[in-house]
Amino acid sequence: MWEYLTDSFNWSGNEGIWARIVEHLWYTFAALGLSVVIALPIGLRIGHTRRGAFLAINLGNAARALPSLGLLMIAVLLTDQIGFLPVLIALVALGIPPILASTYAGLSGVDAATIDAARGMGMTGREILTKVEIPIGLPLIISGIRSATLQIVSTATIAALVSLGGLGRYVVDGLKLRDFPQMFTGALLVALLAIALDALFALIGRITVSPGLKIG
Amino acid sequence: MTWIGDNLGLIWEQLREHLYLAIVPVILGLIIAVPLGYVATRYAWLANPLIAFGGVLYSLPSIALFIVIPAVLGTKVLSTVNIIVALTIYTVSLLIRNVIDGLRSVPPDVRQSAIAVGYGALHRVIAVDLPIAVPVIFTGLRVVTVANISMVSVGAVIGIGGLGELFTLGFQKDFLTPVVVGVVLSLALALIADLILVTLQRVLTPWARVATPVAEVA
Repeated sequence: MWEYLTDSFNWSGNEGIWARIVEHLWYTFAALGLSVVIALPIGLRIGHTRRGAFLAINLGNAARALPSLGLLMIAVLLTDQIGFLPVLIALVALGIPPILASTYAGLSGVDAATIDAARGMGMTGREILTKVEIPIGLPLIISGIRSATLQIVSTATIAALVSLGGLGRYVVDGLKLRDFPQMFTGALLVALLAIALDALFALIGRITVSPGLKIG
Repeated sequence: MTWIGDNLGLIWEQLREHLYLAIVPVILGLIIAVPLGYVATRYAWLANPLIAFGGVLYSLPSIALFIVIPAVLGTKVLSTVNIIVALTIYTVSLLIRNVIDGLRSVPPDVRQSAIAVGYGALHRVIAVDLPIAVPVIFTGLRVVTVANISMVSVGAVIGIGGLGELFTLGFQKDFLTPVVVGVVLSLALALIADLILVTLQRVLTPWARVATPVAEVA
């Protein structure tokens, strides 16, 4: 494995390690961005109005039972094409539930007295949402995005099965060629990428969460 | 639909393998996490590092773990042991937090009462501490059981995946039915396992079923 990793030939070029990492990150952030754009407004709406809470809670739980590989295969077979689109669909489908569920959980955990106080001060519904509910619910919202990221980054590895690039290529190609050092390289890099992204979101959480919430 | 009828044997076989690969790690993980969690509550400085380490392990992609484990253990890449070890690692890394939180939720006066009426350390842990920790431990147990059941199928990428093998089969043959059968059965398995755990928790904590809890004396 070290021989593979320390050979500079393997790092450069169109199919080098750097290129694969960039591809992997591109799939991850494209799917994550789309998941956030879809799930965040819905979660905020449910959390703010408290209508549809049942959906938000159960969707989060049910999604954990969804086998990601099966989802990917269904997306490929239903779109009848191999490539970026079915992978994106599958990754977004995995990314939405944790974001939606924890956005709702974050908002619904806001003390009712706090919201009443905000309303008493004359805040409009929108102001309550943006100045009270979102800042207080932010730790949970970020943790939802964080778990969605982990799901997506590990499932993006499987994208190589349907002929896409990314770090999964090493796993899938290595398996075919019985080239185990190559497989280990891919697996190790995916694990490191997951840890790095996890740390990134922990950092974002630390920076963005209001200092007032960290005391307790 | 005829595919299902023609392949009942295969489907049944994969379902059994799937269940085995998902459930054995849960049992092993519980056996490891409970004593480990107990040690972490005795030596409190261990608790936070253990929980943090568990968090890192849990963030590792399953496919990566399935492949790296044989390199570490020296097992064959296509051995079921890899899947079982990987999922056991996930189980322990998630459960450890719940076991520690659960054991910490035991009120100190309850613990001291148990000591006062003569419970030995081991007897107290088994008969007093653990039963009180059951709800918190079971919350984690339910999450990890459902997650394991869905994660087993990723093993199909390296050739051992229970129902996941129906996914790769369907993909190779450009045929949707096996994939849908696999997804539906996997979801059903997760649902049934969850229901069993909920029932088990009710049986283990009969006091929680009291409709109106005894009012606390102020």
